[in-house]
Amino acid sequence: MTAIVSLVVALLLLWLALWTVVARDAFVAVAGFVVYGLLLSLVWVRLAGIDVALTEAAIGGGLTGALLLGAVGRLRGTEAAAWSERSGACTRAFAVLLSVSVATVLALCVLTLPEPPPTLAPQAAENLAATGVGNPITGVLLAFRALDTLLEAVVLVIALIGVWSLAPDRFWGGRPGPRYGADPDGILTYLARVLPPIGIVVGLYLFWAGADHPGGKFQSATILAAMWMLVQMAGLSDAPRIDSRWLRAGIVVGPLVFVAVGVLGAWQAGAFLGYPDGWAKPMIVVIELALLPTLVLVLALLLNGAPARSADSPPAPGETSLSARSTRPMPAGGTRQ
Amino acid sequence: MTVETLFALCACALVGIGLYGLIVQPHPLRKLVAFNIMGSGVFVLFGALAMRGAAAGMAADPVPQALLITAIVVAFAATAVTVALLLRLIESTATASLADEPPSGD
Amino acid sequence: MSVVLDVFSIVAIVAGLVFFLAGTVGLLRFPDAYTRLHALTKADNLGVALVVTGLLPQMDGVLAALKLVLVWLLVMLSSGAVSQLIARSVRRRECSE
Repeated sequence: MTAIVSLVVALLLLWLALWTVVARDAFVAVAGFVVYGLLLSLVWVRLAGIDVALTEAAIGGGLTGALLLGAVGRLRGTEAAAWSERSGACTRAFAVLLSVSVATVLALCVLTLPEPPPTLAPQAAENLAATGVGNPITGVLLAFRALDTLLEAVVLVIALIGVWSLAPDRFWGGRPGPRYGADPDGILTYLARVLPPIGIVVGLYLFWAGADHPGGKFQSATILAAMWMLVQMAGLSDAPRIDSRWLRAGIVVGPLVFVAVGVLGAWQAGAFLGYPDGWAKPMIVVIELALLPTLVLVLALLLNGAPARSADSPPAPGETSLSARSTRPMPAGGTRQ
Repeated sequence: MTVETLFALCACALVGIGLYGLIVQPHPLRKLVAFNIMGSGVFVLFGALAMRGAAAGMAADPVPQALLITAIVVAFAATAVTVALLLRLIESTATASLADEPPSGD
Repeated sequence: MSVVLDVFSIVAIVAGLVFFLAGTVGLLRFPDAYTRLHALTKADNLGVALVVTGLLPQMDGVLAALKLVLVWLLVMLSSGAVSQLIARSVRRRECSE
């Protein structure tokens, strides 16, 4: 029975991927990609990765989907021109040939994998008690492979700097995205008032539960970032100025604390990111607490994009014309906050 | 066939489908979506390998799974940078074309 | 007692799935955005409600059951708000055309 479910999920996933890739309309393709992300999290459940499923649904489907949907709205005008440049039958035939060969070679590799499969699960199970956390994934992320997680946090900050650096010079230090107008009686405003308190509690719960159950800082940070985006989109609060010192401090606090704990480990436990005996759990909690604001800010600001208006002057009418279709820019001179 | 072999083979096909879209679709945003599908194929393959490594009472090897979480977050960051680049491209050239010469019809 | 609860679960979940099926058929068959939304909200509200009701006796512990109820309430809130937003956006586009 479960085998049939797996087979159906796999076939649906393939069909959806194909549909997303060949669809003519970019909006349809992105909508397909969001559904694909949700279906993919079902695959992760089938593959015994509840933590991965949560991350996929929150980040792979949710945040990436929101990012792409926003981009589709702003790229509408360029679609027709691009469609006229589409490849000819010869290129397509070549692409089919290449894709099929790559997939076939990969499939042959899968069918000739070594037996017994290599695994680190016994070592992870053996040493998990020393870390003081009950969820092996959290143990791997913050103890056994903490260096990866540190580098990941740094990559996120660098990605954000990369996005910001694409701002035109005149908007440097300004605010990203369009200013969303608030409709005091609108349903979005209602949602943005009712949902965030619940979302913040759920987010913090996921964060805390991550030590022993599926969940953790990434999933939690995504929910918290989504709540912030909701409040921004409803026009209840504006996107932050990117030259705000508090904002920048919040963005770098995670990696800095992480490095500080690492250096402390080099001094006290003899290895960078080593934890002294009995101190693993408190150290992990300190790192996670410091990473949470970094992750929330970076995820939300990556979604916001590059600064698109200066911090002081209200947006000129032309500058918000690229905003998504469903938003109404606030008239010039509107009040902030 | 075990569930991990099924999804591993499915992942190989996903990589192929993503690669096809990456080559054939002219619009950069569509290339980005296709690339994300290709990336997710790699992730699923890795996840299936993690499940093959189930041992010591765990349903799957936790080390690849933790790396997968890292990978998904980094893929999102890379997608965000690409989208920002793309928006800047149309802002400065008014076209999303990746061709060396813009089409003469414009 | 447990047999009664199991039968209750099966009946409620199957009834919920019928609503999902009807909602999906409506989504595919109805002619315009408003009627499609109408079909979808039936699946979202009644379908999820029945599935959650069916699952409640199967949960171990009151806390887990309460989490399930919370999920249901959140689905209701978000689906209600989102269908309003979609309908308004369709309406606005119709007016501007």
